Amino acid sequence: MNDQSPTGGSILMNKPHLAPRDSEAAKQALSEKVSVRDVSFFYGEAKALKNISLPIYERKVTALIGPSGCGKSTLLRIFNRMYDLYPKQRAEGEILFDGGNVLDPKQDLNLLRARIGMVFQKPTPFPMSIYDNIAFGIRLYERLPKSEMDDRVESALKRAALWDEVKAKLGQSGLGLSGGQQQRLCIARTIAVRPEVVLLDEPTSALDPIATAKVEELIYQLKNDYTIVIVTHNMQQAARVADYTAFMYLGELVEFGETRQVFTKPTKSRTEDYITGRFG
Amino acid sequence: MNAAIYRRRRATNSIIMVLAWFAALSGIFVLALILGTLLVKGFGGISWSVFSQNTPPPGSAGGLLNAIYGSVVMTLIGTALGTPIGILAGTYMAEYGRSSKLTMVVRFINDILLSAPSIVIGLFVYEVLVVSMGHFSAWAGGVALGLLVLPVVVRTTEDMLLLVPNGLREAASAIGSPRWLVITKIAYRAARAGMLTGVLLAVARITGETAPLLFTALNNQFMSTNMNAPMANLPVVIFQFALSPYPDWQKLAWTGALLITVTVLILNVGARALSTRTSKES
Repeated sequence: MNDQSPTGGSILMNKPHLAPRDSEAAKQALSEKVSVRDVSFFYGEAKALKNISLPIYERKVTALIGPSGCGKSTLLRIFNRMYDLYPKQRAEGEILFDGGNVLDPKQDLNLLRARIGMVFQKPTPFPMSIYDNIAFGIRLYERLPKSEMDDRVESALKRAALWDEVKAKLGQSGLGLSGGQQQRLCIARTIAVRPEVVLLDEPTSALDPIATAKVEELIYQLKNDYTIVIVTHNMQQAARVADYTAFMYLGELVEFGETRQVFTKPTKSRTEDYITGRFG
Repeated sequence: MNAAIYRRRRATNSIIMVLAWFAALSGIFVLALILGTLLVKGFGGISWSVFSQNTPPPGSAGGLLNAIYGSVVMTLIGTALGTPIGILAGTYMAEYGRSSKLTMVVRFINDILLSAPSIVIGLFVYEVLVVSMGHFSAWAGGVALGLLVLPVVVRTTEDMLLLVPNGLREAASAIGSPRWLVITKIAYRAARAGMLTGVLLAVARITGETAPLLFTALNNQFMSTNMNAPMANLPVVIFQFALSPYPDWQKLAWTGALLITVTVLILNVGARALSTRTSKES
């Protein structure tokens, strides 16, 4: 996957593994949390994804980039079987997660989604208090005494860097928050359930630059504990937050590799065209 | 800019505006006329005895107690029958069977039921319940009102649930909540005020219905709590008293009409208040 190309580039670019963020020790500990194997996806008759294979590494951020309609969100929604909510959508292939196949028809979807959480493009607070927005997901799978629940809500909000802004108004409706706060509330709600993988579907596209910076900082913090897959339109964002980047085009995976390599020394000309802004 | 075109456009605008004002004012005028007449003719009759005495024989004093009681009881039965079935049906249509054939069929039939003349509903219940039981009864009256509540609740429940953005359902599913919890805890919550508004409007609709009760509960000169016997109710009492030649009966009919109108007005205002509160919330 991260094979070195013999051509061009600076010394640093040629040896991305020498970069401080990816030490040799870390490399060795790298394990595949999720493996996508030959996955295709259909909206009715239309084939939206064509035989995609890629690894998602544990406690790393993997970005899916590509022009609109390339299938990056579609791929993301396969990881937690979100597409199952709609008729006439189906996937083929295998997504290995913890020894099982996510696409197995016998897969318990609710349990799967508790382990693979998702944050959406538009902030979607539930029509209830800030506290209950967080507690709702926890209550699905755990019976906790009040004090413990308070702790869990507090720690989730702290992890999402929202606690200081909302601690005085936990009883108020989540709908009263600003867009950026709502999105961090949604992230808090997702991690409160303690998933292993967090899927982010263009989480900052509806946010202003300051709120975006906050969410990006948060993503950087979260990868210590979670495996993260992020779909983004914003290539700078992918470059900033992702360890690995997959470039998709017209339903195909064009290139996958370490972010540094994909952005500075892409092996495919289509990737280069896209990241240099020649199309897309 | 061509000045002639501009002048013509302004003229057209003024004409349309005058027509719109006239239409709006005539609507308000008619409503004010009805309310005014009711207040003038009915308000004088309001006294404690209206709520404490039963409908009198001609020529003696009395009130509307038995009719008010019957109306409340049968409205409650109708609401209790129509609301749960309506909410469940609307939930199926909006949440489970969005694109199913059954939903399309139910929606079509429900629309027919929604606009069916209430006298037809009354005749239907008469045929099915009154004839087979052999007598008029309060139960039959309640069932007939329930059949009028049902389509309103089905319609508003479906419409309100369809307004709940899919993103909210996805978000709830995405943290691992099962379908039934997504519906009961998230979708119902988001649509709650709208659904309640629908129920209130349905109640407002049946409060003044006369025809379905005429064929089912009939009427009763006396106080009766027997659900298997004819029961007095405001609309039929108004109908009967208003057409009578006795002035004191006619006066009671005005009072009853005022009571019903005020009740319907309160229900409608309540429904409106509820729905504006929701639109502010979300």
